[in-house]
Amino acid sequence: MSGKRRIAVTVNGTRYEREVEPRLLLGDFLRSELDLTGTHFGCEHGICGACTVILNGDSVRACLVFAVQADGGEVLTVEGLGSVEALHPLQQAFHEHHGLQCGYCTPGMLMTALDLIRKHGRLTEAAVRAGISGNLCRCTGYQNIVTAICAAAAAMQSGEPAGDA
Amino acid sequence: MKPAPFAYAAPRSVEEAAALLAEHGGDARLLAGGQSLVPMLNFRLLEPALLVDINRIAGLDGIAEIAGGLRLGALVRHRMLETSPLIASRFPIIAAAMAEVAHLAIRNRGTIGGSLAHADPAAELPLLALLLEARITAVSTQGRRVIAASDFFTAALTTALAPDEILTEIELPDPPAGSGWGFAELARRAGDFALAAVGVIIAEAGGICRTARIAMAGVGPTPLRAPAAEALLQGGTLDTGAIAAASRAAAAAAQPADDLHASAAYRRHLVEVLTRGALSAAVARARKVVP
Ligand SMILES: Cc1cc2nc3c(=O)[nH]c(=O)nc-3n(C[C@H](O)[C@H](O)[C@H](O)COP(=O)(O)OP(=O)(O)OC[C@H]3O[C@@H](n4cnc5c(N)ncnc54)[C@H](O)[C@@H]3O)c2cc1C
Repeated sequence: MSGKRRIAVTVNGTRYEREVEPRLLLGDFLRSELDLTGTHFGCEHGICGACTVILNGDSVRACLVFAVQADGGEVLTVEGLGSVEALHPLQQAFHEHHGLQCGYCTPGMLMTALDLIRKHGRLTEAAVRAGISGNLCRCTGYQNIVTAICAAAAAMQSGEPAGDA
Repeated sequence: MKPAPFAYAAPRSVEEAAALLAEHGGDARLLAGGQSLVPMLNFRLLEPALLVDINRIAGLDGIAEIAGGLRLGALVRHRMLETSPLIASRFPIIAAAMAEVAHLAIRNRGTIGGSLAHADPAAELPLLALLLEARITAVSTQGRRVIAASDFFTAALTTALAPDEILTEIELPDPPAGSGWGFAELARRAGDFALAAVGVIIAEAGGICRTARIAMAGVGPTPLRAPAAEALLQGGTLDTGAIAAASRAAAAAAQPADDLHASAAYRRHLVEVLTRGALSAAVARARKVVP
């Protein structure tokens, strides 16, 4: 019951086995055990949304889930969304609409937007604004992020390739 | 900002979980959605020796019809309440209120059992449990007991649950036939905890109010009912004068405090305005003016 536990988690399609302390947060597991540093920690208490990843199909805060809880599960992080050569429609839209400046909040914004687009049929601008209300950005004033998510949602729904997400 | 070390157990049954709590007493904590507990662990406001993760217990996440109501398992997530067709048809007030609870990523994880056990004074689900007169089942190695919502919330972040008890399910009795509901809240941003929230249930027969229930959150150490306001409505006509008087009585029953986000006076004012809006919506729904 105490001490380290052996877990197996599939991240971006690759299965990883590690021995971890129960107190290791999923975000720290991704960053320090798997060197997937695309997931950023901000507030570490669920408020800022920077560490949002997809766990078993749902967006979650990687600061509010322990790695041991993801044992046997599947995680999608920003590294699995697209690649530099083949950006995901969300990444493409953030690029085109200047939806980022410093980039710290961006991985969380992207993963939050992905879950929003998957779970809502048609996304209104109001739904996008409400949907990212749990993700703080201190650079952009949000307008370009909202524009980018709306554009990506339209592109994804019109059937453009949505990457391997 | 990292939790202190703890031992971890992920039991597969309520019995196993109850046995762990019985053995470790106050040194153990249940982990459900983790959306309130893990922030407190990260801040080291809590340093339990053992976390008992109940997420792998099967059968605690169901929404089922029972005679005269619904039974919800403790692990029903906020997102399930938001999207369940059974909730939408039997308790639309719950689906409507869920849109005000936190953000999608939090609603994907947070559970009804966790929200009730955590008992945040501004949380929506405790308010709804009180309004809908939920019966809450608690299980320990000593047995099982059912607690009325009106006896459950005892102080801020404090409930009638003993440290070795697990909230396993809640039962929601159907509101009276033909009743209407209203829910209104104000928060500074979408998804923030409410500055004040009000839920109401109204039933009329022959132009006379037969049932009036008013509950509020964010304006006291626990969610509160407003019995004097309810009494003003019961047995009378639901006109604008009665609604205004009941809303003033609800504001008088609030026990708000000043804090960083709003003054007590402002919160009390909000209760009056929100109650008026919620009552008007409930009357319109009872009269089938709006769905
Ligand atoms: C950014 C943010 C915004 C939020 N906004 C809102 C909001 O607007 N409105 C709102 O209502 N909530 C809000 N929440 C809280 C959220 O709804 C939580 O999910 C919920 O309050 C707790 O549920 P949980 O399942 O996550 O419980 P946990 O965090 O797992 O547990 C909370 C407490 O309850 C105990 N517990 C859990 N399950 C049981 C059980 N079955 N039996 C006995 N004890 C149990 C735990 O031991 C712990 O003490 C917010 C949270 C965050 C992080």
